[in-house]
Amino acid sequence: MSQLVPLPIVLPLLGAALSVVFGRWHGFQRLVGVVCLSTSLVISIVLLVAADDTGFVVAQGGGWPAPIGISLVVDRLSAIMLVVSAIMLLAVLVYAIGQGEVERVHAGFHPTYLVLAAGVAASLLTGDLFNLFVSFEMMLAASYVLITMGGRAAQVRSGMTYVVISLVASTFFIIVLALIYSATGTINLADLSERIPELSGEVQLMFAIALLVVFGIKAGLFPLFFWLPDSYPTAPAPVTAIFAGLLTKVGVYAIIRTQTLMFPIDARPATLILVVAALTMTVGVFGAIAQDDVKRILSFHIVSQIGYMIFALGLFTVAGVAAAVFYTFNNIILKTNLLLVAGLVERRGGSSRLSEVGGMVRTAPLLGLLFALPALSLAGLPPFGGFVAKFAVFDAGAWSEQWVLVGVAAFVSLLTMYSMTKIWAGAFWGEREEEPSGRPEPGGRLGGPVLMVGSTAAVVLVGLAVMIWAAPLYAFTERAAVDLLDPSRYVEAVLGERP
Amino acid sequence: MSLLIAFVASMLVGCGTWLLLQRRLSRIIIGVGLLGHGANLLLLVSGGRRGTAPLIGVGDAADFADPLPQALALTAIVITFGVTTFLLALGFRAWQISNDDVVEDDVEDRYIARRAQIDREVADEIEAERAQAAEEDRR
Amino acid sequence: MKRLLVVDTSVRVLYHSILVLSLYFLFAGHNQPGGGFVGGLTAGAAVSFRYVAGGVDEVRKAFRLRPWTILGGGLLIAVVTAMVPIALGGSVLEHGDVEWDVPVIGVLKTTSALPFDIGVYLVVVGLILMMFEAFGDDLAVDDEYGTMGVGDALEADSVDHDLGGLTRAVDPELHTRLREPGDGRP
Repeated sequence: MSQLVPLPIVLPLLGAALSVVFGRWHGFQRLVGVVCLSTSLVISIVLLVAADDTGFVVAQGGGWPAPIGISLVVDRLSAIMLVVSAIMLLAVLVYAIGQGEVERVHAGFHPTYLVLAAGVAASLLTGDLFNLFVSFEMMLAASYVLITMGGRAAQVRSGMTYVVISLVASTFFIIVLALIYSATGTINLADLSERIPELSGEVQLMFAIALLVVFGIKAGLFPLFFWLPDSYPTAPAPVTAIFAGLLTKVGVYAIIRTQTLMFPIDARPATLILVVAALTMTVGVFGAIAQDDVKRILSFHIVSQIGYMIFALGLFTVAGVAAAVFYTFNNIILKTNLLLVAGLVERRGGSSRLSEVGGMVRTAPLLGLLFALPALSLAGLPPFGGFVAKFAVFDAGAWSEQWVLVGVAAFVSLLTMYSMTKIWAGAFWGEREEEPSGRPEPGGRLGGPVLMVGSTAAVVLVGLAVMIWAAPLYAFTERAAVDLLDPSRYVEAVLGERP
Repeated sequence: MSLLIAFVASMLVGCGTWLLLQRRLSRIIIGVGLLGHGANLLLLVSGGRRGTAPLIGVGDAADFADPLPQALALTAIVITFGVTTFLLALGFRAWQISNDDVVEDDVEDRYIARRAQIDREVADEIEAERAQAAEEDRR
Repeated sequence: MKRLLVVDTSVRVLYHSILVLSLYFLFAGHNQPGGGFVGGLTAGAAVSFRYVAGGVDEVRKAFRLRPWTILGGGLLIAVVTAMVPIALGGSVLEHGDVEWDVPVIGVLKTTSALPFDIGVYLVVVGLILMMFEAFGDDLAVDDEYGTMGVGDALEADSVDHDLGGLTRAVDPELHTRLREPGDGRP
């Protein structure tokens, strides 16, 4: 089984190499992309089953034993994230093929996209802090190319902000790594989990906060989120969708992983996390209300939703961490879904600005349905998956008696509902107020090309599947949370039995 | 020795931060480069004292330098190199488009602000009309 | 473009010797300073000499293959080297060594890390060639026309230079639609 672990990283890289070498044959590129991502989806599912069976699947890169070599670890958290991200990557690739704009013009799209897939998988699998840095860089480097692909003026402008901010975060990551290494002499996560408690309390707290800042920039936490709503909407629609779905959540994954695994319970900055969570939720949603562009509303919602995950994590109880995990993977599905629909709306209406589109419920009713289901779920209406996720968060908050935060979260939910209604009223009901700045495309009965609508519908179905199998999935995340809160199992799985 | 390196690293990070705060991308890129150098130096210092070449050398195990930070620094240098190249390309593109490489403000933000202003003006007008109407009524 | 005799001659001398040096770095890299990345950068330095001497055409002449083919080939070699041990039942990136008893030269020892390094070497060389391909030309264009305005830049073949000419020649209508400053809103 451990032989399968590196494949979700290596296969997309192989695909990237092939689609660069044979860049002339566009059909071949498409084939390679779809085949690679489907294969790694299958492998991820196998790994998920194996990880749920035994708890951990560990592979040591280069055949070196753990603290020396590069460990790749699949536990329940990384397995579920891996499966969900593989599904999203595949769906968005099919969507991009259906859209055929940036994907058709730039032969570099497929290789870059596959490198992004490899980077995401590597960030989820790695059991080593430095490799986490390398994987992040792999993912980010691909994202820099994707976000500026096309080279329009607006893209270059927002791309600059995005690249510079990410670079500063990476540099800060290197600095933190250097400090951690000089304090402990190791960068293997499992090894760190044993050595960090030996340090003095202040040093531990400093490391915990420094890592929170590093990943907070990538995840879009409250004071550090400003780059996100500016840069994401300018990218091509499929790229925005995959960024919104995956990149920030990989940051959240890194926060969950490092805070629970590396630091003992009294060194975790729990109060800080809770305060930041409350601010992230409210500021994000207020930002969303002010906007007029569908993509920007949704981008601000990414920030707001991150707050819920961090809130649940900050409780550091089994219920809280389980809720955080559930919320995270459910949100990946919802956010990808909403931005895919936003791309379809933009294509159909010629603009993603609410004042320039309207009346889509008559012209493209299917798009309305595809938008309404995830939007209601995001707002947390029963019986959708988003309701289960939110309920889990509220429940965990109530058990920990964080009443203020539960109140804030409920209030933010209402505002989320409000801004979803705003999109609905602006894009699907009524008439458009101004002429669209782009050119509307006739979408036919479906509202868009078959592949685009089909892949969006597939993502909606995945979201509905989360609703139907909410109970077993929640039980699964609870098992994941138990593992996360007891790092000794992870350490034992990676470093082997200790006397 | 490591005090000197620490001093150099802090200088690099300081200059890099100052350059990062500029508006021109060309300066930002130099700033990012300096910042990266500072971080890499710090990574190198984190290995501890100097020593003989590890892995290939022959000698007492206690004399070897720690190879890991060197490997890490090398990897980090490669990554910084790649991303700086990309930033340069981006700056070149910006210069191609606008003959300049100043990082501009967010257009949409200004649009939203303008909408807010229009809303306010409209509200003021309505308010003024109402006041006028009330005035006339009283007469 | 005007060529200078001194530069031309010295580049002719330097180019091949630097390439040999880069190959030395590549092969020595396993247990001495050097390796694929350093070797690739050295080769890149050699190529940049050619660029200084004769512009981007000279660089194209030096390497027949297209930059992205070199880059992709390098990546392919590296990834396949990483994957072979998995197929053989080992773990990813694991390596072994081989010794050959070559008649005249003596015993040759090499490790399976070498193909990986060759892959890295090719990736770096490909990347540097791509940079020359992408940015080498436009500077010459600017010399001719002076500085370019917005319209010029959009009309000029800048699309074809994205990713080192990795853009497909599709219908120009699609190009223009993609390039419309749709979100450069008021």
